[in-house]
Amino acid sequence: MQRALTLYQTNIGKKAVLALTGFVLVGFVTGHMLGNMNAYLGEEALNGYAETLRSVPALLWTARIALLIAFPLHIYTAISLVRANRAARPQRYAKKEELVTSVAAKWMPYTGLLLLAFLLFHLAHLTFGWLPNFDPTNVYANFVSGFQNPVYSAFYIVGNLALGFHLFHGVWSMFQSLGASHPKYDGYRVDLAIFLSAIITIGNISFPIAVLAGVIQ
Amino acid sequence: MSDKTFKMTLHVWRQSGPNDAGKFERYECPEVNPHMSFLELLDDLNERLIADGQEGIAFDHDCREGICGACGVVINGVPHGPQRRTTTCQLHMRQFINGPHEVWVEPFRASAFPIIKDLTVDRGAFDRIIQAGGYVSVRTGSAAEANEIPVPKKIADRAMDAAECIGCGACVAACPNASASLFTGAKISHLGLLPQGQPEREDRARKMVAQHDAEGFGGCTNHNECEAACPKGISVDFIAQMNRDFLKSMLTAKDDVPNRK
Repeated sequence: MQRALTLYQTNIGKKAVLALTGFVLVGFVTGHMLGNMNAYLGEEALNGYAETLRSVPALLWTARIALLIAFPLHIYTAISLVRANRAARPQRYAKKEELVTSVAAKWMPYTGLLLLAFLLFHLAHLTFGWLPNFDPTNVYANFVSGFQNPVYSAFYIVGNLALGFHLFHGVWSMFQSLGASHPKYDGYRVDLAIFLSAIITIGNISFPIAVLAGVIQ
Repeated sequence: MSDKTFKMTLHVWRQSGPNDAGKFERYECPEVNPHMSFLELLDDLNERLIADGQEGIAFDHDCREGICGACGVVINGVPHGPQRRTTTCQLHMRQFINGPHEVWVEPFRASAFPIIKDLTVDRGAFDRIIQAGGYVSVRTGSAAEANEIPVPKKIADRAMDAAECIGCGACVAACPNASASLFTGAKISHLGLLPQGQPEREDRARKMVAQHDAEGFGGCTNHNECEAACPKGISVDFIAQMNRDFLKSMLTAKDDVPNRK
């Protein structure tokens, strides 16, 4: 235990925690997106899928507990790392040219904060049902009526674009932080990052667009 | 190669001491010879400043052949300037013939590299990271036969790639987090790859990483700016190697190493 706490005090230990919690969260968003594809199969399919999840409480709560641990740990660790990293350069350069870093890497803290805001909105909207016109018995109806609201849809689209950027840097970075690097396989880390961030973003954004376009109604 | 001189304007960071706020001073260089190195441009400017009764600009330099790691300033936002894989002393003014002709010169900025004066920073933190574990303990006696311990060629090459690090600090200067991960990773790896480095490998990773953090360097967030700015092109693969050695050591080593300060 002492060893684990000492490890968490180091930059590398914190990055390992970010990588491992990130791994759980990547698994979650992938499953979440794939599950929601049921919306394209119609009301019965999506509601049936939702019912299936609820009918296995052990599975649902294992996932929820994993997320309840991973999310706060990921967020807290990221904030403490960003603070330490900012403190390491108290005086900025008058002129600074970036050579190779990506927008995704640079915006990591901001896409992260945007995702947190989006997550809270998303939970209030479709999990807790705090927003108007929520029917606790019909997931499909909430899905459609929610996305028919262009303001909600816009927030979902922006939130998922942020997710895409966050995932792109996060997925390949996860391997590097855990020391999983080999010249033979390093290219695949980036390929995987592009693939996952692209399919998850495109999949998720397709839902509000499909509702607004009348494909799902 | 043209021998024609050209004009340049320098904005150089002047700071009289560690506690001075510091500011940019503007200097005109009417005759920049394209064969000069960047340091010679500063030498030339200093001669004129001193002849004029002003104080010369303080900057670090030693071998002036790109192998010692003493020199290094941030030129227009890039450590060691615009030419890749080149130290400031080996950066020649011919690189600037077609511009830019207005250049900002700043010291490496990091809380772990306090400014001593003008462009000179204290990189003692690197020495302390090395002291923490960047060595192998060897029983002395008559010199051992060099080829007694077999080292595969590929491993030797890779260790040499890491050992190319000259400890200039450009990685820290380039990193958005002022992290010294590339330096520390290179130093941990070049010994950790070789058979002679194995007995102390785990301790080394833990002690050097602990010292890195204690010095106030930031953490790696995988921007890879360090690799791009490194005059020796040290690969970020060595940061992964450090992460691997460090995590393994923390999770499996038997003795505890206290944080050094």
